Parts: sequence; structure tokens; C-alpha cells
Amino acid sequence: MMHVLPYLVAAWVFLVGCYGLATSRNLIHAVGCLAVCQSATYVLLLAVGYRDGGTAPVFSDLEPGSRPVVDPVVQALALTDVVVGATVTALLLALVVQVAKRHGTVDPDELSELRG
Amino acid sequence: MDDVLIVITLLLVAASATAAVAVRDPVRQALVLSLLGLTLAALFTVLQAPDVALSQLAVGTALTPLLLTLAVRKVHRRPHTRDDGRGGETTGSTGTTGNAAAEERGE
Amino acid sequence: MSRRLRMWVLALGLAGLAGLLGAACFDLPDFGGDEHPYGDRAVRAALSHHTANVVSSVNFDLRAFDTLGEESILFGAVLGTVVLLRQTRDERHVEPAPARVSPPVRRYALYALPVTLVVGLYVVAHGQLSPGGGFQGGVVAATALHLLYIAVDYRALRRIRPVGRYEVADAAGEAAFVLLGAAAMLGGSAFLANSLLPYGEFNTLASGGTVPLLNAAIGMEVASAVVVLLARFLDQAVEIEESPKPPDNPDEPGVNAP
Repeated sequence: MMHVLPYLVAAWVFLVGCYGLATSRNLIHAVGCLAVCQSATYVLLLAVGYRDGGTAPVFSDLEPGSRPVVDPVVQALALTDVVVGATVTALLLALVVQVAKRHGTVDPDELSELRG
Repeated sequence: MDDVLIVITLLLVAASATAAVAVRDPVRQALVLSLLGLTLAALFTVLQAPDVALSQLAVGTALTPLLLTLAVRKVHRRPHTRDDGRGGETTGSTGTTGNAAAEERGE
Repeated sequence: MSRRLRMWVLALGLAGLAGLLGAACFDLPDFGGDEHPYGDRAVRAALSHHTANVVSSVNFDLRAFDTLGEESILFGAVLGTVVLLRQTRDERHVEPAPARVSPPVRRYALYALPVTLVVGLYVVAHGQLSPGGGFQGGVVAATALHLLYIAVDYRALRRIRPVGRYEVADAAGEAAFVLLGAAAMLGGSAFLANSLLPYGEFNTLASGGTVPLLNAAIGMEVASAVVVLLARFLDQAVEIEESPKPPDNPDEPGVNAP
């Protein structure tokens, strides 16, 4: 079980986020659900790069070659993604604020009625 | 030992992610998201990714919830929301004091 | 589509996705396995370039071009937010009133501010040596400034935060990254190749060639990006509100883009 559990958790988090995104009645809540979906990708990336008994790939206090290290490439990917994801969240929230200003509601159902 | 820690933090992440979606009020959701950020940071530390954990700690527990709360405040602060009788009250209470997050509790 | 029908479509889609993801999970290499060809090569390359923190080496040396892309997304997102959240003609500026802060909160925030700021700068400066770097330290340093909002009030924060200069710093960080990459080309190697500076002595602040410089550029960009983003949102939440005379027609001229 241990060899797939992290992947299953990542899949679960992603699915839960998708469910929230689709059923949300408030666009701000939907943006929060998207943040949940994003965190699933971090869990998946880091789970792929993990190595049993490995340590962090930082050699300032570690003799190179003395211990196995986990995969640094996926960590670099996840790391930039965390920060960039936050700014994209900010952009989406700015869009929501604009929607609220123009239409007076942040409920997606009411918005589609307005347009129709 | 490592495996036990990994399983515990993974389950915590799954639980807080579920809670973050299940909580429908955006302000409460922001609080749960910051909890999710904390559990993710713990998981990343256990998975030997201190760089990502640091990043998640700064962004996930502080920045994203703060942005969400500010957006909620802005959306609810509009003088005329909709004609459900709340409009007048909102106009009256737009006291522009400093602290944004504290004022939003009522909604 | 009725709500009921939509829920059925959603349930079908989620079930299908769950099935596919579940099947994929069992086909992935086992969690904790020993096979990491890219990781092993990245570690070797980072050590040969005298960078102690391999993650920073991947970000700012081995895959620096990828980071340029990420940084451009960040820059574009900030630009979009600034454009979307500017003060429009039908809005007015409300001067925030001074707020009363309880003394323990004020004391704590005022002590924590310099400490947090220094921690943020330390994390940026030691990115090539220990966990951290421009992305993390930038966010920490930027949020540190906002402790002043908790300690005093919004007007105090506004005084130490000229948003225009931070916008310039944001662009300067992005430009510095591109220029450092182009400088490597002038030196006769590839764009963003780590060939400009000597690699230095392993595990010292000046090690890693251009890694510390690119790291600092990112730190500057991320810190000012976060300051600008929070400034725009705080302005909207605290200062800007709609004019008291609401126009009867909700369709503002020219802004009701589809």
C-alpha cells in the first residue's frame, strides 16, 4: 500500500478540488478550490522524486556521495510552481473583483443568467 | 519511522484539502486553506524537500489566504450589493479603519 | 442545463477521471524507489558547478530557461492584476481612518518586522548554499513589510511602500534575469549558460557562478511582485469604493467586455 498511497492522496486532493470547483456557488470559493487542485500537483511531483532513506539534496553540511539524496529536479519544479501559482491566484481574484463590480454578484449561476 | 510520518502527514493533507472544499464560506475557507498550507509544508519537510516547504509556508499559509480574505472584503464592501435589504447596512458600516480581516467575520 | 443534469455530468466525469488517475497511480514507479536518473545527473552537474543547494542549481543554472518562463508568468500575472484593479472613473478614494491597535499586538508586530525582513533577505542571499532562495525569501521579505499594517495602520504601511518604485523593481528583476542570460551569449556560450563567472570555492557565498546573481534578481522580482499585488488588493479593500451615486444602468460604457 505504501508504494502508491502518496499518488492516491494526490489524486484524491485533485478530485476533491475539481468537485469543489464545479459545485461552487461563489467565485472566490472556486478560486480557493483551484488552489486545492494546485496543491495536488505538488504532492504528486514530490512523491515521484522521493527515495527511501534519502535526504534533502543540499550539500552544505553533507559529504557528496555519503548518503542517497531525493530527486532535486521535481523539487525545483514544485518550488517555482508554488510561487507562480499564488500570483495566478491573485490574477483570478482580481478578475472576480471586476466581475463583482460589474455584475453585483459572484455566484456563477446568477452570472450565466445575466448573460443569457 | 519515516514511513509512519509520511502516512500521517499525507492523511492530514487529504483531510484538510477535503475540509477546504467542504467549507462553503470563503472566509472560513481561507482559514482552512492556511491549515492546508501548514500540513503541506509538514509533508514536504518529511519528503526531504525543505526548499518547497519554505515556499509553501510563505505562500500557502500567509499569502493566498490573505488575498482571498481581501477579495471577500472588497466584494462584500460594495455600497449596493443587491436588493436584498443588506445594501443600506453595508453602506453604513464601511468604516474604513485599518484591519481588513477582522471586520469580515460577520459575513 | 438544469442543476440536476449538471450534477450527473459532473459525477460521470469525476468517476471517469478517478478511474483513470487510480489506474495511473498503480502504473507509476513505486514511491520511494531508487531509480532517479535525472536527479542523479542534476546532483552531479550541480556539484561540478560548485553549488551546494542542488535545487537552486536546477532553478538558476541547469534549467534557468525554464525559470525565465516561470518568472514571465509571474510578471504577466502581476501586470494583469495591476491593470484589473486600478481605480476607475466611477470609483472614489476614501482616506482610511487611523486605527487603534492593542499595545501587545503593536509591540509584537514591531519586533517581528525587522526580524522577518532580515530572515527574508538571509534566505535570498543563502539560496545557493542552504534551502531557500529568491522565490521563498522574496515572499518572506515582502510579507514582513505588511506587519506594519498589523502594528500601526494602513497609512503607515502606505508611507513605507511607494508602489510605483516596487513596480519598477519588479520589471528590473525580470530585466536583470534576461540581461544576465544575454551576457552569457556575449561571452560566447548559450543563453543563460553558467559561464560568466568563476564557480568559486564550494560552500561559500560567492560560489556557483551566476547562480547567486540570478537568485538575487528573482528575489527582487518576487518581493516587489508580492508587495505590488498586496498593495492593489489592500487599496481595493480599504481605500477605493464606488461612488455614492450608483448609476441606474449597470452597463458601464465600454467596460462590459464579454
